[in-house]
Amino acid sequence: MEALSPTMEEGQVVKWHKAEGDTVAEGELLAEVETDKATMELVSRATGTLRRIIIGEGATAPVGAIIAVIGTADEDLGDVVDVVPDVDGREAKEEAESRKEPETEDKRGIGEGPTETYKKKSDKEIEATIPTGYGSRVKASPLARRLAAAVGVDLFQVRGSGPGGRIVKRDVMEAAEQVRARLPSGTMAAADGGEPASPDYDDIQLSQMRKTIAHRLAESLGPVPHFFLTIQVDMDRAGQARERINALLEKRDERVSLNDLLIRAVAGALRQHPAVNASWQGDYVRRYRRVHVGVAVAVDDGLITPVIRDADRKGVAEIAREVRMLAARARAKKLAPEEYTGATFSISNLGMFGIHQFTAVINPPEAAILAVGHVEEVPVVMGGQVVVRRRMRATMSCDHRVVDGAVGARFLQTLKAMLEDPAAVLL
Amino acid sequence: MSYKSNNGNDFDVLIIGSGPGGYVAAIRAAQLGLRAACVEADKLGGVCLNVGCIPTKALLSSAFVVNEMKEGERHGIRTEGVTFQLRPAQERSRKVAEQMNRGIESLFRKNRVTHVQGFACLAGEGIVRVNSRGKESTFDAKHVVLATGSRPKDLPFLKIDEDRVISSTGALMLENAPASLVVVGAGAVGIEFADVFNAYGTQVTIIEALDRILPLEDADCSAVVERSFRKRGVNVFTGARLEKAELREEGVKLTFEDRTGDTHELDVERVLSAVGRIPNTEDIGLENVGVKTENGFVVVDERLRTNVEGIYAIGDCAGRQLLAHKASHEGVLCIEHIAGNARGGLDYENVPSCTYCHPEVASVGLTEAQAKERGLDVQIGKFPWSGIGRAVAGGHAEGLIKVVRDKKYSEILGAHIVGPHATELIAEFVLGRHLEATMEELEKAMHPHPTLSEGVAEGALAALGRPIHI
Repeated sequence: MEALSPTMEEGQVVKWHKAEGDTVAEGELLAEVETDKATMELVSRATGTLRRIIIGEGATAPVGAIIAVIGTADEDLGDVVDVVPDVDGREAKEEAESRKEPETEDKRGIGEGPTETYKKKSDKEIEATIPTGYGSRVKASPLARRLAAAVGVDLFQVRGSGPGGRIVKRDVMEAAEQVRARLPSGTMAAADGGEPASPDYDDIQLSQMRKTIAHRLAESLGPVPHFFLTIQVDMDRAGQARERINALLEKRDERVSLNDLLIRAVAGALRQHPAVNASWQGDYVRRYRRVHVGVAVAVDDGLITPVIRDADRKGVAEIAREVRMLAARARAKKLAPEEYTGATFSISNLGMFGIHQFTAVINPPEAAILAVGHVEEVPVVMGGQVVVRRRMRATMSCDHRVVDGAVGARFLQTLKAMLEDPAAVLL
Repeated sequence: MSYKSNNGNDFDVLIIGSGPGGYVAAIRAAQLGLRAACVEADKLGGVCLNVGCIPTKALLSSAFVVNEMKEGERHGIRTEGVTFQLRPAQERSRKVAEQMNRGIESLFRKNRVTHVQGFACLAGEGIVRVNSRGKESTFDAKHVVLATGSRPKDLPFLKIDEDRVISSTGALMLENAPASLVVVGAGAVGIEFADVFNAYGTQVTIIEALDRILPLEDADCSAVVERSFRKRGVNVFTGARLEKAELREEGVKLTFEDRTGDTHELDVERVLSAVGRIPNTEDIGLENVGVKTENGFVVVDERLRTNVEGIYAIGDCAGRQLLAHKASHEGVLCIEHIAGNARGGLDYENVPSCTYCHPEVASVGLTEAQAKERGLDVQIGKFPWSGIGRAVAGGHAEGLIKVVRDKKYSEILGAHIVGPHATELIAEFVLGRHLEATMEELEKAMHPHPTLSEGVAEGALAALGRPIHI
């Protein structure tokens, strides 16, 4: 399994484009693989005959695992079989099968809602469910693994407090405590007494992306000390500016949104406040010389943040084109790694859902993210008169290790000034 | 006089005391780019390096050789006419301390830690006044770390005069082994010196108020050491109550009651008082800034902060285990918190303790008794060194390795080793506990043969109920 993205740890084979016995040439499309970010094309690194497919469609393999064997048509694969004990694919396929239909036992997990059940397992069952390393991508101490298996805590749901996010005993104990606290009082006795009557829940298998989101956000809320700054921005003039821009663009059949304007203003403000365009690097803070703004895009199974590079040097129309193109590619899961990595700051806009105000979780190593609510008409007192103005609330989550309150506040002041007088963007 | 600093001009961190807590903290601070100073009233390295851990280990190594020589015939060494003199061993011990002391000087130079000689006193928040032979200077520091250590405690009726009644410090300065010595207090310090003086021919008597020697260790370990000491001619009275100590021209007359209630009188040349230590927290100006103490120990939180902002305390003066390695770790953690790149506190349940007598004793985690007090369902594994080829071949196979396992999740609750190189072997259990290994991992990791480390694996197996070599 090739690493098809910089953060990829395992991949799921979506489709094989070649069958066993087919000839393949170097560079030819071999398979489609779903990574933690997108579905990627896997091309052949060799020319020859595809002799064996080891990881079947729907099965997952960690990066570095052998997923197929390419050789000459009549080559004896005996040697390869010796090197790769599961070269016949049986184990991997079985693993894939069992993942599709996990036993009821495994469905009794945590993390969904108040109706989960909780069952103690016998020592034998514990032994059987202890992750053995291969294919288990959670960093956890042996004791934490055993404990989690025994009390039915899903390690993917646990935030690790050890070095590098390693899950230790304490974390599992806390997670188990939370499960217990959420259970209705009768459930525990019932669960201990025998089989639950009927499953009144659905277990949704984790996609690579969902795993990554959980993993990354937990990683974020753990070691990244967040604080939040909210500012209200008068959007009347930004709205007017947008109309004028759109009038100019009409001939080209293009439009810009307020969000595009916002991206441009954020980029401009970042240029003026390099302290916010920075990241925590463990023992130092890195300030970026270029401004790359990530824009959170909702997709079927989560979200992804395509990046508008050098947004401070681009016009609003250009930004608008890029955002639309990247969002479409994101929804089609066709983003290339370089299109969703390297942001120095992110924006998450839930205005279209009528969200008034919210806070977003920082995407490390970025130091801040701006959560944007919808633009609404509100009565405002101006010059002794009550007038109707269009206002928007934006909340910035800051990594306190990098951005202090005053630094963040000054950045937001600049942003507000730019949006309230869009001519400032031209300065 | 108390006034508030407004700058912290001179140093980012100023550390008072250069023992294993202070000097390590200073180096770590310098590594992190902080401007660090370390004030020391005496010699760099503090008690540990100058009159504690290090010189004592030199003497114990000498004592070990002496004891080996006494049984030299089994190695083919004729020992007729051999004499054992303490003086050269003491001289070697001093040299070792001096060498290590110079090492700290050079570490400070290398890391650009400013070494200030003198007695430091807090004069205000962030202000430290240093008196160096009557000359006073004042320093501003953003953060002040107290690492002033501790000193031997006196019994009210047995004042230490470092002549007839000596502390560990006095014991390290004795030129000759006394004819007779009573050791009061059978903790690590008392037991180690009992070992040394016994080797050099002193008639040693140990008096301990609690019911066994090394009372903080697992009872099985205490028993092995006591047996070994008795075999070498050391008198041991546990559960004994010292009633009177009269200083005489040529020594001390002690009166004590043994565990059965019988009163004994004993005339000895010297008495070693090893009944514990008290923190050095007087005269350092804590009252000038209002730093809180409890029984003399500075009160700190898990990040080693005192109640006064910008003032921290580490090591012995901050209480808990009075151990050098605990002090060093607190020093590092404290500095990393100051620099803003640490999380949480130390795991005080994973602090190993070591006694370097022969046989050595080392432990980490819970004793069997402590585990049971906590209501844990435990399995105890005991494995004797006589089952380990390397120990038998080395001629030191007394003692055992005892492992306490939590039955439920196979957690390593505690390990207690008495025997050859116990103090080195304990580190594997410390690492195992730190990484939260289960007992199975300890056993499955391959240990080289033939080594003493096989004892660790057998101890783990014993705690799983399936040792191989017993």
